[in-house]
Amino acid sequence: MSHASPQAADTWTSAQIQAVVDEHRSLPGAMLPTLHALQDRFGHIPEAAIPIIAEALRHTRAEVHGIISFYHHFRTQPPGRHVIQVCRAEACQAVGARALEAHAKSALRVDYHQTTADREFTLEPVYCLGNCACGPSLRVDDEVHGRMDAAGFDRLTAQLSATVVEVK
Amino acid sequence: MTTTIYVPCDTTARSLGADAVAARLTRAAERLGVAIQLKRNGSRGLFWLEPLVEVETAAGRVAYGPVAPTDVDALVEAGLFEGRQEHALALGDIEAHPYLARQQRLTFSRIGITDPLSLEDYTARQGFAGLQHALALAPQDIVEEVKTSGLRGRGGAAFPTGIKWQTVHDTPAAQKYIVCNADEGDSGTFADRLVMECDPFMLIEGMTIAGLAVGATQGYIYLRSEYPLAHAMLDEAIARAEAAGYLGENILDSGQAFHLEVRLGAGAYICGEETSLLESLEGKRGLVRAKPPLPAIEGLFGQPTVVNNVLSLAAVPFILDQGGQAYADYGMGRSRGTLALQLAGNVERGGLVELAFGTTLRELMESFGGGTRSGRPLKAVQVGGPLGAYLPQSQWDSPIDYEGFAAFGGVVGHGGVVMFDDSVDMGDQARFAMEFCSVESCGKCTPCRIGAVRGVEVIDRIRAGERAEENLALLSDLCDTMVDGSLCAMGGMTPFPVQSVMKHFPDDLTPRQAEGGR
Repeated sequence: MSHASPQAADTWTSAQIQAVVDEHRSLPGAMLPTLHALQDRFGHIPEAAIPIIAEALRHTRAEVHGIISFYHHFRTQPPGRHVIQVCRAEACQAVGARALEAHAKSALRVDYHQTTADREFTLEPVYCLGNCACGPSLRVDDEVHGRMDAAGFDRLTAQLSATVVEVK
Repeated sequence: MTTTIYVPCDTTARSLGADAVAARLTRAAERLGVAIQLKRNGSRGLFWLEPLVEVETAAGRVAYGPVAPTDVDALVEAGLFEGRQEHALALGDIEAHPYLARQQRLTFSRIGITDPLSLEDYTARQGFAGLQHALALAPQDIVEEVKTSGLRGRGGAAFPTGIKWQTVHDTPAAQKYIVCNADEGDSGTFADRLVMECDPFMLIEGMTIAGLAVGATQGYIYLRSEYPLAHAMLDEAIARAEAAGYLGENILDSGQAFHLEVRLGAGAYICGEETSLLESLEGKRGLVRAKPPLPAIEGLFGQPTVVNNVLSLAAVPFILDQGGQAYADYGMGRSRGTLALQLAGNVERGGLVELAFGTTLRELMESFGGGTRSGRPLKAVQVGGPLGAYLPQSQWDSPIDYEGFAAFGGVVGHGGVVMFDDSVDMGDQARFAMEFCSVESCGKCTPCRIGAVRGVEVIDRIRAGERAEENLALLSDLCDTMVDGSLCAMGGMTPFPVQSVMKHFPDDLTPRQAEGGR
């Protein structure tokens, strides 16, 4: 699914992209299903996909770029092995989300939309995961974690790291 | 004898360790040689008790909660598999719990009881009875039933559902569509998610009935990408409903067709606005369309389209099964039926509370919610999502209904109730409202696109003590401009939380005290 760890995040060929595009091009309103399928498969939407999508769905390249950049979910750079989304919305703010996001940034030494130097984690903001009675919430790949705090965050990232992440 | 054990499978239960609880229960049963059948039911929506484990006994189901994975062994030792109730986490019959017993669950009558993907469980509890009835009716009679119910759009705009259906019904076209708005982006709301994760056949049934009523043969559920579990549940439920003949070319041998597909959004809050959603479904950027034309006349791909929220469509099976009047018998004034209220934020007992319109916020937050989780005094509550006003204590006694709330500038919206204790800085909340709008604005109209950015800047200046009086006047003007000049509710309502802070919590907006300034 959307954030499931892609098997070959950085590797793709034009033929593979073409095959994914061809699989979806005949759907009514094919653009979003196509973009999702590409990102699910390759972890991101490679720049090289843009002319292929444009050709198949009869758009200009500028339009395709415009659509990709409109939606926060789509990315054109490969993410780290895990994508961590921290909920910034009001219900989580009411129970300490601001402190959690500050901790996440300092513990991983990245800002939002950045990837750690070891390429383990990409940190993103998210506006609501629908877990609003049990915040603060965050999502790692396709799993949501509730009642998160700084200590919980450190435990979680330690478990997820293949190599030990240095946490201050 | 095999004992049935229930462990909920929704996002909240799983976010608190339900999968690990299920695994430990299975291991404990194996170790002790006890025959159990582990069922993954939906959540009952009593989230402070999740993971809520239930055990089937001769005397009915008994519950334990909240069960952490590390509690499992002690619970088993204290006789969980026999339903014994000595352990401190034992809750007895959960349906007798006041939080549930005092609710009026019409839409959420099955959640937490059934396996969400079991057609057998669904039909055993009135599932598809509404569809069966609708198949025997003329399309106009289905529309009449929905009009009788008084149902109004539960997404927030509260437009009468029956009138919308009538317009689509009356507009001739070769192809019409039913679009379910499942882009539940408002913070503090999770009722749509609960429907989709815990009773997905109800949404399928509601959409199918809508299709029969207006003559639409294709439906789309536009689901936000932040809900991966709901996506998986809906896809599987649709496949099972198709295989059993509830969806497809020939619904229950009636000769009528309805097809259904889930389409994923991509993290854009604005796509919860119906015209932006339609643009997105068509494969474009989610820019808001000017209305008219109404989507009911020119909607998806230019065709007549019903766009309804998950909860509106989920109310329809009850209405067709029990009759529109049975639904209309609940509620007050022009707000008929029940509202799914969602208690969230800093709350002791958060969860889903389905009640007839007319209860008060205080009743909800105190006797259901039990006050704040932190134990500190409540300071403000935001109802209706990020575009809803922050309500001070003086407004907590008004009955919750659409007209009553509108009278004092409140928004019922999608029914989210986000509670804040007295540690909240309302100036931060006002700033965040503008910041959120600047991130999520579609950019089509100037008041929203630029106003939100300027809003953040001017609030920063006020809080820094930079010509505070002048800048407060400027902020007030800016809010008026956004309210009056924006194309849709995003820019048009973003000022509501800001204005409510200016009016009710002005001290939090004044320049922050310098060191030792207090």
